[in-house]
Amino acid sequence: MSNRKVIATTSLAGCFGCHMSFLDIDERILDLIQLVEFNKSPIDDIKKFTKECDIGLIEGGVCNSENVEILKEFRKHCKILVSFGECAIMGGLPALRNTLPIEECIREAYLEGPSVSDSNEEGILPNDEELPMLLNKVYPCHEVVKIDYFLPGCPPRADLIWDTLYALVTEQEIKLPYEVIKYD
Amino acid sequence: MKEFVTITIDDQEIKARPGEFIVDAARRNGIYIPTLCNMPGVKPAGSCRICTINVNGRLMTSCTTPVAEGMEIETISKEIEDFRKAVVELLLVEGNHFCPACEKSGTCELQALGYRLEVMAPRFPYQFPKRDIDAGNPKLVKDHNRCVLCKRCIRTILDEEGHHIFAFRYRGHQLQITIDPEYGMNMTDELAQKAAKNCPVGALLYRGKHGFEIPIGKRKYDKEPIGSDIEKLKKVKTS
Repeated sequence: MSNRKVIATTSLAGCFGCHMSFLDIDERILDLIQLVEFNKSPIDDIKKFTKECDIGLIEGGVCNSENVEILKEFRKHCKILVSFGECAIMGGLPALRNTLPIEECIREAYLEGPSVSDSNEEGILPNDEELPMLLNKVYPCHEVVKIDYFLPGCPPRADLIWDTLYALVTEQEIKLPYEVIKYD
Repeated sequence: MKEFVTITIDDQEIKARPGEFIVDAARRNGIYIPTLCNMPGVKPAGSCRICTINVNGRLMTSCTTPVAEGMEIETISKEIEDFRKAVVELLLVEGNHFCPACEKSGTCELQALGYRLEVMAPRFPYQFPKRDIDAGNPKLVKDHNRCVLCKRCIRTILDEEGHHIFAFRYRGHQLQITIDPEYGMNMTDELAQKAAKNCPVGALLYRGKHGFEIPIGKRKYDKEPIGSDIEKLKKVKTS
Protein backbone atom coordinates (compact mmCIF):
# COMPACT_ATOMS: atom_id res chain seq x y z
CA MET A 1 0.00 0.00 0.00
CA SER A 2 2.61 2.48 1.05
CA ASN A 3 4.57 2.44 -2.19
CA ARG A 4 1.59 3.56 -4.22
CA LYS A 5 2.26 6.78 -6.10
CA VAL A 6 0.38 9.83 -4.93
CA ILE A 7 -1.57 11.91 -7.46
CA ALA A 8 -3.04 15.38 -7.09
CA THR A 9 -5.25 17.11 -9.65
CA THR A 10 -6.81 20.53 -10.04
CA SER A 11 -8.83 22.60 -12.45
CA LEU A 12 -7.69 26.22 -12.79
CA ALA A 13 -9.29 28.30 -15.57
CA GLY A 14 -10.81 25.21 -17.13
CA CYS A 15 -14.26 23.67 -17.57
CA PHE A 16 -13.62 20.32 -15.85
CA GLY A 17 -13.84 18.66 -19.26
CA CYS A 18 -10.30 17.31 -18.85
CA HIS A 19 -11.27 15.72 -15.54
CA MET A 20 -14.32 14.22 -17.27
CA SER A 21 -12.03 12.81 -19.93
CA PHE A 22 -9.82 11.43 -17.15
CA LEU A 23 -12.86 9.55 -15.80
CA ASP A 24 -13.41 8.34 -19.36
CA ILE A 25 -10.62 5.78 -18.83
CA ASP A 26 -13.63 3.68 -17.73
CA GLU A 27 -12.89 0.42 -15.94
CA ARG A 28 -9.16 1.08 -16.06
CA ILE A 29 -9.80 3.34 -13.09
CA LEU A 30 -9.94 0.12 -11.04
CA ASP A 31 -6.40 -0.72 -12.20
CA LEU A 32 -5.32 2.83 -11.50
CA ILE A 33 -6.56 2.80 -7.94
CA GLN A 34 -4.38 -0.25 -7.28
CA LEU A 35 -1.36 1.77 -8.37
CA VAL A 36 -2.05 5.22 -6.96
CA GLU A 37 -3.74 7.14 -4.21
CA PHE A 38 -5.26 10.56 -4.67
CA ASN A 39 -4.40 13.52 -2.51
CA LYS A 40 -5.58 17.10 -3.19
CA SER A 41 -8.08 16.66 -6.00
CA PRO A 42 -11.73 17.31 -6.84
CA ILE A 43 -12.03 13.56 -7.42
CA ASP A 44 -11.80 12.77 -3.68
CA ASP A 45 -12.56 16.34 -2.53
CA ILE A 46 -9.35 16.74 -0.50
CA LYS A 47 -8.95 20.52 -0.42
CA LYS A 48 -5.42 20.87 0.94
CA PHE A 49 -2.21 18.93 0.38
CA THR A 50 -1.75 16.50 3.25
CA LYS A 51 1.45 14.95 1.89
CA GLU A 52 4.02 15.33 -0.86
CA CYS A 53 2.78 14.02 -4.22
CA ASP A 54 4.49 12.25 -7.08
CA ILE A 55 2.33 13.53 -9.94
CA GLY A 56 0.22 16.67 -10.25
CA LEU A 57 -2.25 17.03 -13.10
CA ILE A 58 -3.16 20.62 -14.00
CA GLU A 59 -6.25 21.41 -16.01
CA GLY A 60 -6.91 24.96 -17.20
CA GLY A 61 -4.79 28.05 -17.69
CA VAL A 62 -3.93 30.81 -15.25
CA CYS A 63 -6.46 33.66 -15.32
CA ASN A 64 -6.47 35.05 -11.76
CA SER A 65 -4.41 35.39 -8.57
CA GLU A 66 -5.92 32.25 -7.01
CA ASN A 67 -4.83 30.18 -10.04
CA VAL A 68 -1.27 31.46 -9.59
CA GLU A 69 -1.28 30.51 -5.90
CA ILE A 70 -2.66 27.00 -6.49
CA LEU A 71 -0.31 26.36 -9.38
CA LYS A 72 2.73 27.39 -7.31
CA GLU A 73 1.49 25.19 -4.48
CA PHE A 74 1.25 22.26 -6.88
CA ARG A 75 4.78 22.90 -8.10
CA LYS A 76 5.98 22.91 -4.52
CA HIS A 77 4.26 19.67 -3.51
CA CYS A 78 4.48 17.57 -6.73
CA LYS A 79 7.60 15.94 -8.12
CA ILE A 80 6.15 15.83 -11.64
CA LEU A 81 3.71 18.39 -13.00
CA VAL A 82 1.62 17.61 -16.05
CA SER A 83 -0.37 20.21 -18.01
CA PHE A 84 -3.38 18.44 -19.43
CA GLY A 85 -5.67 20.06 -21.95
CA GLU A 86 -5.42 23.00 -24.33
CA CYS A 87 -6.28 25.56 -21.63
CA ALA A 88 -3.34 24.50 -19.44
CA ILE A 89 -1.05 24.44 -22.48
CA MET A 90 -2.08 27.60 -24.35
CA GLY A 91 -4.81 29.29 -22.29
CA GLY A 92 -7.59 27.77 -24.39
CA LEU A 93 -10.94 29.46 -24.82
CA PRO A 94 -10.50 31.71 -21.74
CA ALA A 95 -7.46 33.13 -23.55
CA LEU A 96 -9.76 34.51 -26.26
CA ARG A 97 -9.82 37.59 -24.03
CA ASN A 98 -6.08 38.03 -24.36
CA THR A 99 -6.36 40.30 -27.37
CA LEU A 100 -8.66 42.68 -25.50
CA PRO A 101 -7.80 45.06 -22.65
CA ILE A 102 -9.08 43.75 -19.30
CA GLU A 103 -11.15 46.93 -18.76
CA GLU A 104 -13.11 46.20 -21.90
CA CYS A 105 -13.84 42.61 -20.78
CA ILE A 106 -15.06 43.72 -17.36
CA ARG A 107 -17.17 46.52 -18.80
CA GLU A 108 -18.80 44.11 -21.24
CA ALA A 109 -19.39 41.45 -18.58
CA TYR A 110 -20.83 43.69 -15.84
CA LEU A 111 -21.99 46.95 -17.38
CA GLU A 112 -22.68 46.87 -21.09
CA GLY A 113 -23.41 43.28 -22.13
CA PRO A 114 -27.02 42.67 -23.27
CA SER A 115 -27.80 40.54 -20.19
CA VAL A 116 -26.50 43.07 -17.65
CA SER A 117 -27.06 46.53 -19.14
CA ASP A 118 -30.57 46.74 -17.65
CA SER A 119 -29.98 44.90 -14.41
CA ASN A 120 -26.87 46.63 -13.06
CA GLU A 121 -28.06 50.22 -12.94
CA GLU A 122 -25.71 51.23 -10.15
CA GLY A 123 -22.79 49.95 -12.20
CA ILE A 124 -21.44 47.66 -9.49
CA LEU A 125 -18.21 45.87 -10.29
CA PRO A 126 -17.01 42.84 -8.29
CA ASN A 127 -14.46 44.26 -5.87
CA ASP A 128 -14.02 42.33 -2.65
CA GLU A 129 -10.83 41.16 -1.04
CA GLU A 130 -12.31 37.64 -0.90
CA LEU A 131 -12.43 37.54 -4.68
CA PRO A 132 -9.31 36.66 -6.66
CA MET A 133 -7.96 39.41 -8.87
CA LEU A 134 -8.12 38.85 -12.62
CA LEU A 135 -4.76 38.85 -14.38
CA ASN A 136 -4.15 41.12 -17.36
CA LYS A 137 -4.37 38.04 -19.57
CA VAL A 138 -4.72 34.27 -19.37
CA TYR A 139 -1.35 32.53 -19.15
CA PRO A 140 -0.40 28.97 -20.07
CA CYS A 141 0.76 27.07 -16.95
CA HIS A 142 4.32 26.65 -18.26
CA GLU A 143 4.72 30.42 -18.48
CA VAL A 144 4.15 30.59 -14.69
CA VAL A 145 5.91 27.49 -13.31
CA LYS A 146 8.05 24.71 -14.77
CA ILE A 147 5.86 21.99 -16.31
CA ASP A 148 7.33 18.56 -17.00
CA TYR A 149 4.84 16.96 -19.39
CA PHE A 150 2.14 18.22 -21.74
CA LEU A 151 -0.98 16.36 -22.82
CA PRO A 152 -2.74 18.33 -25.56
CA GLY A 153 -6.39 17.95 -26.52
CA CYS A 154 -9.75 19.52 -25.83
CA PRO A 155 -10.21 17.36 -23.92
CA PRO A 156 -7.06 15.19 -24.01
CA ARG A 157 -8.17 11.73 -25.13
CA ALA A 158 -8.74 9.30 -22.27
CA ASP A 159 -6.18 6.95 -23.85
CA LEU A 160 -3.58 9.73 -23.85
CA ILE A 161 -4.19 10.38 -20.15
CA TRP A 162 -4.13 6.67 -19.34
CA ASP A 163 -1.01 5.84 -21.41
CA THR A 164 0.93 8.74 -19.91
CA LEU A 165 -0.21 8.22 -16.35
CA TYR A 166 0.41 4.48 -16.49
CA ALA A 167 3.93 5.02 -17.84
CA LEU A 168 4.71 7.67 -15.21
CA VAL A 169 3.34 5.61 -12.34
CA THR A 170 5.15 2.43 -13.42
CA GLU A 171 8.25 4.44 -14.37
CA GLN A 172 8.34 3.28 -17.96
CA GLU A 173 9.01 5.15 -21.18
CA ILE A 174 5.94 6.99 -22.50
CA LYS A 175 4.96 5.58 -25.90
CA LEU A 176 2.02 7.27 -27.55
CA PRO A 177 0.13 6.06 -30.63
CA TYR A 178 -0.57 8.70 -33.33
CA GLU A 179 -4.32 8.87 -32.74
CA VAL A 180 -4.10 10.12 -29.16
CA ILE A 181 -2.24 13.39 -29.84
CA LYS A 182 -4.89 15.91 -30.88
CA TYR A 183 -5.36 19.62 -30.30
CA ASP A 184 -9.18 19.52 -30.25
CA MET B 1 20.55 18.00 -71.42
CA LYS B 2 20.72 14.73 -69.59
CA GLU B 3 17.58 12.68 -69.27
CA PHE B 4 17.99 12.28 -65.54
CA VAL B 5 20.34 13.08 -62.69
CA THR B 6 21.27 10.73 -59.87
CA ILE B 7 20.91 11.92 -56.31
CA THR B 8 21.07 10.16 -52.95
CA ILE B 9 18.23 10.71 -50.50
CA ASP B 10 18.67 9.09 -47.08
CA ASP B 11 21.15 6.53 -48.49
CA GLN B 12 18.76 5.65 -51.29
CA GLU B 13 19.88 6.30 -54.86
CA ILE B 14 17.22 8.08 -56.89
CA LYS B 15 16.91 9.10 -60.51
CA ALA B 16 15.41 12.55 -60.76
CA ARG B 17 14.38 14.73 -63.68
CA PRO B 18 16.68 17.70 -64.30
CA GLY B 19 15.11 20.89 -62.95
CA GLU B 20 12.80 18.99 -60.63
CA PHE B 21 12.63 20.23 -57.05
CA ILE B 22 14.01 17.91 -54.39
CA VAL B 23 10.68 17.69 -52.56
CA ASP B 24 8.94 16.41 -55.71
CA ALA B 25 11.66 13.90 -56.55
CA ALA B 26 11.46 12.57 -53.01
CA ARG B 27 7.68 12.33 -53.13
CA ARG B 28 7.72 10.35 -56.38
CA ASN B 29 9.95 7.85 -54.61
CA GLY B 30 7.79 7.51 -51.53
CA ILE B 31 9.92 9.74 -49.30
CA TYR B 32 7.80 12.31 -47.48
CA ILE B 33 9.38 15.64 -46.65
CA PRO B 34 6.97 17.70 -44.53
CA THR B 35 5.68 20.81 -46.34
CA LEU B 36 3.22 23.53 -45.48
CA CYS B 37 3.39 26.41 -47.96
CA ASN B 38 4.20 24.09 -50.86
CA MET B 39 1.60 22.70 -53.26
CA PRO B 40 2.46 20.19 -55.97
CA GLY B 41 2.41 21.84 -59.39
CA VAL B 42 2.44 25.38 -58.03
CA LYS B 43 5.49 27.63 -58.19
CA PRO B 44 7.15 27.29 -54.76
CA ALA B 45 7.30 30.20 -52.32
CA GLY B 46 9.77 28.78 -49.81
CA SER B 47 8.11 30.80 -47.08
CA CYS B 48 7.47 28.31 -44.27
CA ARG B 49 10.87 26.49 -44.08
CA ILE B 50 9.24 23.26 -42.85
CA CYS B 51 10.71 21.31 -45.76
CA THR B 52 14.28 22.10 -44.73
CA ILE B 53 16.71 19.28 -45.50
CA ASN B 54 20.46 18.79 -45.46
CA VAL B 55 22.09 18.95 -48.92
CA ASN B 56 25.79 18.17 -48.98
CA GLY B 57 26.10 19.44 -45.41
CA ARG B 58 24.03 22.60 -45.79
CA LEU B 59 20.46 23.23 -44.69
CA MET B 60 18.20 24.16 -47.61
CA THR B 61 14.49 24.22 -48.42
CA SER B 62 13.64 21.23 -50.56
CA CYS B 63 10.69 22.94 -52.26
CA THR B 64 12.86 25.62 -53.88
CA THR B 65 16.08 23.67 -54.53
CA PRO B 66 16.30 21.88 -57.89
CA VAL B 67 18.08 18.53 -58.00
CA ALA B 68 21.68 18.41 -59.23
CA GLU B 69 23.90 15.47 -60.13
CA GLY B 70 25.48 13.77 -57.13
CA MET B 71 23.57 15.58 -54.37
CA GLU B 72 23.80 13.83 -51.01
CA ILE B 73 20.55 14.59 -49.21
CA GLU B 74 19.47 13.88 -45.68
CA THR B 75 15.73 14.47 -45.08
CA ILE B 76 15.56 13.40 -41.47
CA SER B 77 17.89 13.74 -38.50
CA LYS B 78 17.61 14.89 -34.92
CA GLU B 79 18.70 18.39 -35.92
CA ILE B 80 16.24 18.66 -38.83
CA GLU B 81 13.37 17.20 -36.81
CA ASP B 82 13.95 19.73 -34.04
CA PHE B 83 14.20 22.54 -36.56
CA ARG B 84 10.84 21.54 -38.08
CA LYS B 85 9.25 21.31 -34.65
CA ALA B 86 10.53 24.81 -33.89
CA VAL B 87 8.92 26.13 -37.09
CA VAL B 88 5.54 24.63 -36.17
CA GLU B 89 5.87 25.98 -32.63
CA LEU B 90 6.75 29.46 -33.89
CA LEU B 91 3.68 29.46 -36.13
CA LEU B 92 1.48 28.28 -33.24
CA VAL B 93 2.61 31.08 -30.90
CA GLU B 94 2.77 33.77 -33.58
CA GLY B 95 -0.97 33.68 -34.38
CA ASN B 96 -4.05 32.79 -32.40
CA HIS B 97 -4.64 29.11 -33.10
CA PHE B 98 -7.60 28.05 -30.99
CA CYS B 99 -7.91 24.57 -32.46
CA PRO B 100 -10.97 23.46 -30.42
CA ALA B 101 -12.99 26.34 -31.88
CA CYS B 102 -11.82 26.05 -35.49
CA GLU B 103 -13.84 24.29 -38.16
CA LYS B 104 -10.68 23.37 -40.07
CA SER B 105 -9.55 21.29 -37.09
CA GLY B 106 -8.86 17.72 -38.17
CA THR B 107 -8.08 18.71 -41.75
CA CYS B 108 -5.65 21.53 -40.89
CA GLU B 109 -2.15 20.96 -42.21
CA LEU B 110 -0.41 23.01 -39.53
CA GLN B 111 -2.14 20.92 -36.90
CA ALA B 112 -1.33 17.72 -38.79
CA LEU B 113 2.35 18.66 -38.84
CA GLY B 114 2.15 19.26 -35.10
CA TYR B 115 0.68 15.78 -34.64
CA ARG B 116 3.24 14.14 -36.87
CA LEU B 117 6.17 15.89 -35.22
CA GLU B 118 4.66 15.32 -31.76
CA VAL B 119 4.56 18.98 -30.80
CA MET B 120 3.03 18.78 -27.33
CA ALA B 121 3.56 22.42 -26.35
CA PRO B 122 5.57 25.26 -27.91
CA ARG B 123 8.91 26.24 -26.36
CA PHE B 124 8.24 29.91 -27.23
CA PRO B 125 5.95 32.33 -25.35
CA TYR B 126 2.48 32.91 -26.83
CA GLN B 127 2.10 36.31 -28.47
CA PHE B 128 -1.72 36.59 -28.62
CA PRO B 129 -1.61 39.29 -31.30
CA LYS B 130 -4.72 41.36 -31.86
CA ARG B 131 -5.94 40.50 -35.35
CA ASP B 132 -9.19 41.00 -37.21
CA ILE B 133 -11.68 38.66 -38.77
CA ASP B 134 -12.85 39.98 -42.13
CA ALA B 135 -16.37 38.91 -43.02
CA GLY B 136 -16.77 41.43 -45.82
CA ASN B 137 -16.71 38.90 -48.63
CA PRO B 138 -20.02 37.20 -49.48
CA LYS B 139 -18.44 33.78 -49.98
CA LEU B 140 -15.39 33.65 -47.72
CA VAL B 141 -14.56 34.49 -44.13
CA LYS B 142 -10.97 35.60 -43.72
CA ASP B 143 -9.50 35.09 -40.24
CA HIS B 144 -6.09 36.71 -39.83
CA ASN B 145 -5.64 35.05 -36.45
CA ARG B 146 -5.04 31.75 -38.20
CA CYS B 147 -3.19 32.85 -41.33
CA VAL B 148 0.35 31.50 -41.73
CA LEU B 149 1.15 33.71 -44.75
CA CYS B 150 1.93 30.74 -47.02
CA LYS B 151 0.73 32.63 -50.11
CA ARG B 152 -1.15 29.58 -51.37
CA CYS B 153 -4.30 31.65 -52.00
CA ILE B 154 -2.28 34.35 -53.72
CA ARG B 155 -0.56 31.85 -55.97
CA THR B 156 -3.47 29.59 -56.88
CA ILE B 157 -6.67 31.64 -56.90
CA LEU B 158 -7.14 33.51 -60.17
CA ASP B 159 -10.40 34.29 -61.93
CA GLU B 160 -11.18 33.20 -65.51
CA GLU B 161 -9.43 36.21 -66.98
CA GLY B 162 -6.30 35.58 -64.96
CA HIS B 163 -6.79 38.27 -62.32
CA HIS B 164 -5.32 37.50 -58.91
CA ILE B 165 -8.03 37.61 -56.24
CA PHE B 166 -5.66 37.63 -53.25
CA ALA B 167 -2.64 39.77 -52.46
CA PHE B 168 -0.43 40.80 -49.56
CA ARG B 169 -0.72 44.19 -47.93
CA TYR B 170 1.33 46.00 -45.27
CA ARG B 171 4.83 44.87 -44.30
CA GLY B 172 6.73 43.09 -41.55
CA HIS B 173 4.68 41.80 -38.62
CA GLN B 174 1.59 43.59 -40.00
CA LEU B 175 1.70 41.64 -43.26
CA GLN B 176 -1.68 40.15 -44.15
CA ILE B 177 -3.61 38.74 -47.08
CA THR B 178 -6.26 40.87 -48.65
CA ILE B 179 -9.06 40.09 -51.11
CA ASP B 180 -9.44 42.27 -54.18
CA PRO B 181 -12.60 44.33 -53.52
CA GLU B 182 -13.88 44.01 -57.08
CA TYR B 183 -12.77 40.58 -58.29
CA GLY B 184 -13.31 39.13 -54.81
CA MET B 185 -16.96 40.17 -54.79
CA ASN B 186 -17.54 38.41 -58.11
CA MET B 187 -15.81 35.19 -57.13
CA THR B 188 -17.65 32.04 -58.24
CA ASP B 189 -18.69 29.44 -55.66
CA GLU B 190 -16.18 26.99 -57.12
CA LEU B 191 -13.32 29.46 -56.79
CA ALA B 192 -14.26 30.36 -53.21
CA GLN B 193 -14.41 26.67 -52.32
CA LYS B 194 -11.03 26.13 -53.95
CA ALA B 195 -9.56 29.01 -51.94
CA ALA B 196 -10.85 27.52 -48.69
CA LYS B 197 -9.57 24.08 -49.69
CA ASN B 198 -6.12 25.36 -50.67
CA CYS B 199 -5.75 27.23 -47.38
CA PRO B 200 -3.70 24.86 -45.18
CA VAL B 201 -5.22 26.35 -42.01
CA GLY B 202 -8.63 27.82 -41.15
CA ALA B 203 -7.79 31.34 -42.33
CA LEU B 204 -10.11 31.10 -45.34
CA LEU B 205 -13.46 29.46 -44.70
CA TYR B 206 -16.21 28.94 -47.24
CA ARG B 207 -19.42 30.41 -45.89
CA GLY B 208 -22.48 28.31 -45.23
CA LYS B 209 -23.69 25.71 -42.79
CA HIS B 210 -21.15 23.01 -43.47
CA GLY B 211 -18.58 23.54 -40.74
CA PHE B 212 -17.86 20.59 -38.45
CA GLU B 213 -19.64 18.31 -40.95
CA ILE B 214 -17.21 15.42 -40.58
CA PRO B 215 -17.37 13.84 -37.12
CA ILE B 216 -14.30 13.60 -34.91
CA GLY B 217 -12.53 10.34 -35.66
CA LYS B 218 -13.30 10.47 -39.41
CA ARG B 219 -11.43 13.64 -40.35
CA LYS B 220 -8.43 13.58 -42.66
CA TYR B 221 -5.68 13.54 -40.04
CA ASP B 222 -7.49 11.80 -37.18
CA LYS B 223 -6.11 8.32 -37.80
CA GLU B 224 -3.22 8.70 -40.23
CA PRO B 225 -0.38 11.22 -40.11
CA ILE B 226 0.08 13.76 -42.88
CA GLY B 227 2.35 12.24 -45.54
CA SER B 228 1.14 8.65 -45.03
CA ASP B 229 -0.22 8.57 -48.58
CA ILE B 230 3.24 9.33 -49.93
CA GLU B 231 4.96 6.85 -47.65
CA LYS B 232 2.53 4.14 -48.78
CA LEU B 233 3.98 4.54 -52.29
CA LYS B 234 7.31 3.37 -50.98
CA LYS B 235 5.85 0.35 -49.25
CA VAL B 236 4.17 -0.73 -52.49
CA LYS B 237 7.39 -0.19 -54.44
CA THR B 238 9.62 -2.15 -52.09
CA SER B 239 7.25 -5.05 -51.49
